[in-house]
Amino acid sequence: MTSELILFFILAIVAVASAVGMLLSRNAVYAALYLILNFATVAVFYLMLSAAFISLVQVTVYAGAIMVLFLFVIMLLGAEHTGRLSESGWMFWTPIVLGAVLAVEALYIILRQWKAIPATQAAGSDFGAPAAVGLELFQNYLLPFEVTSVLLLVAMIGAILLARSKKA
Amino acid sequence: MLIEYLPIAILLVISTGLAALIVWIGNTFGPRRPTLRKSLPYESGMNPIGPGTRRMPVRFYLVAVLFILFDIEVVFFLPWAIVFRQLGLFGLIEMFVFIFILLVGYVYAWKKGALEWE
Amino acid sequence: MNVQDLYAISPLIVLVTWATLLILVDVYIIRDRNGGTPILAALGLLVAMGFAIAQTGQQYTAFNGMAVVDGFAIFLQVLFLGSGLVGIALAYNYLQRMGIERSEYYILLLYSISGMMLMAIAADLIVVFLALELLSIPLYVLAGFGRPKVEPEEAALKYFLLGAFAGGFVVYGIALAFGATATTSLAGIVQAVNAGSANLTLLSIGAALILIGLGFKVAAVPFHMWTPDVYQGAPSAVTAFMSVGAKAGGFAALLRVFVSALPELAADLSPVLWVLAALTMILGNVVAIAQGNIKRLLAYSSIAHAGYILMALVVFGNTQVSSDAVAAALFYLVAYAVTSFGAWAVVIALEKAEQKGLALDDYAGLGRKYPGLAAAMAVFMLSFTGVPPTLGFVGKLYLFRTVLEGGFIWLAVIGVLTSLVSAYYYLRIVVIMYMRDGDPQVHAEPWLRLTAGVTAVATVVLSLYAGPLFAWASQAVLKLF
Repeated sequence: MTSELILFFILAIVAVASAVGMLLSRNAVYAALYLILNFATVAVFYLMLSAAFISLVQVTVYAGAIMVLFLFVIMLLGAEHTGRLSESGWMFWTPIVLGAVLAVEALYIILRQWKAIPATQAAGSDFGAPAAVGLELFQNYLLPFEVTSVLLLVAMIGAILLARSKKA
Repeated sequence: MLIEYLPIAILLVISTGLAALIVWIGNTFGPRRPTLRKSLPYESGMNPIGPGTRRMPVRFYLVAVLFILFDIEVVFFLPWAIVFRQLGLFGLIEMFVFIFILLVGYVYAWKKGALEWE
Repeated sequence: MNVQDLYAISPLIVLVTWATLLILVDVYIIRDRNGGTPILAALGLLVAMGFAIAQTGQQYTAFNGMAVVDGFAIFLQVLFLGSGLVGIALAYNYLQRMGIERSEYYILLLYSISGMMLMAIAADLIVVFLALELLSIPLYVLAGFGRPKVEPEEAALKYFLLGAFAGGFVVYGIALAFGATATTSLAGIVQAVNAGSANLTLLSIGAALILIGLGFKVAAVPFHMWTPDVYQGAPSAVTAFMSVGAKAGGFAALLRVFVSALPELAADLSPVLWVLAALTMILGNVVAIAQGNIKRLLAYSSIAHAGYILMALVVFGNTQVSSDAVAAALFYLVAYAVTSFGAWAVVIALEKAEQKGLALDDYAGLGRKYPGLAAAMAVFMLSFTGVPPTLGFVGKLYLFRTVLEGGFIWLAVIGVLTSLVSAYYYLRIVVIMYMRDGDPQVHAEPWLRLTAGVTAVATVVLSLYAGPLFAWASQAVLKLF
């Protein structure tokens, strides 16, 4: 347990540092790379919570595919070097205010209500294991699973239709 | 519980370490005699006329989107592969339907030339 | 899973299979020879409709409670499939005329309809979300079908961004509802609430978020901002389908989720819905007065009509009235669909390339030059206003009656007053058509004329036989267990 706690704190430092690095880097490509590091750390957190499947999705879809799309979009727009945000506009202040609200909220819960949070229904230790997810997905959630494939197909057709300029 | 993933952690450490080592060896032992011309970005002998990063064609976007879609498809394969035996024939049919529907998308992309670069 | 599960969703399976095979047929056999795809797509809709109608009177849950087939589902499925047929009829010549014909239009239309059908049978919040995405994503693409031009691109982008945003609200709402009840099944939520194991505060917040997300889809004020721009920028045939299909799909979800799963929350949510309905009716009708473009006018009109249907939802917690309310809402959806499709058929007949022929002034002289088309348009405008003998009148009558039964007198008063306001802009179109001189240019292709004619006749004739239609809608009440 203690070794896990040590691991957690090391990872937490990496996660926070990479998030801060993402925010502070002037170059959008670097920001995206920091985000990948952050996603990878979060994936390990999921593992520690024994949610192996989500951890896997986090790595393949978020750190993998989504970030590829991010990088492509950054390069598509030629927007590697973002200008400095004006320090008076609402674009600058809104996130700060909202972030402060969130931070205060989290602090309040941690400091004042640590014990008061009712334990949610305890999930079994294999709840998030790929095998358990698989059995649920392919038995009870069969219909949503098949609908997902149709959804992906439609998205594919839509992307091709809108991105191809010529009539082919 | 997390100890199960120790091999992956070791793999990560070794691969990262190896990569760092190779870069370090190259940096330390390789001869370096930089001149102005050598430090310029290589543009087939021309003098570079601007930053190397430009706007790229929208085709990259299409590739990225198709990549995401097929990547999500892969996410479904993993839990399926693990419980495949428990599901039996039924699971096979399920996945066949899933793949068939996505295969139609692949055929569409292919025939419409979305995979060609021109 | 067994055969009965498959039979329960057979209309959906038929349509999805048909659409998927249509892609292959289109890619390998039809290729660039346009013509076959619309007919094949229409045929698929008819076959699916046959399967849906064959289920009339039956009732079962399928796929471990993921889907439920009841009168409500069958009624709506037939409505969706019918609106798909009209969507093809409206688009067939229009796309050619505008030079944007591509067979993907029909394929995406079929997929969007399958999303709506899934919404009608959804008995689990996960399925509701998937259905919402499946009906929306094809519409995002269809809205941009006229590209590369600025207006359709703007419409598609706006619709996509706001739609995705709205989808986020729905997912968050579903997550909170799951957190509150430890289930996403609608029946399970009812059980959890009855057993007292649900966190009602959390569930209310979740329900409110779902309401916001679906409010975007049905264009309820204050989530309506996208509607005028998207309706104006998208190709008119797409707009027509969107104004009917997407709205009906959104209401299918709202009715299903709120009436069958959340009646216990009525004390908290009814006032919210009251305000939404009132705002939607007032803003839609008042702003419509100022519009000079027929597509924008119809967009605000569609917002206003969403407000009327929302009135039915206000009484959702009252179990004595709620089945009547669902029937009234379904009836009004049919009335709105028929009238709206007719009006859009006339708009499409007058539209010319480059967004021309859409000003209200372009309708001057229509009464003299094309008396048939003008008469049809007049019928639709009267039906939108709610003047007898039209479907719109009967629909409003049923809606107001339900609202009064539920005891919301002031809401009914607002409804009546805003209907009076709407008379101003609807009848102004009639006045322009008949009283002013002009030389309107019309492309009344056979399919357009047929659509306008049939819907005009239906608007009047069905209103005379409204009793049986309402009785059919009344059988379509929601049953979950």
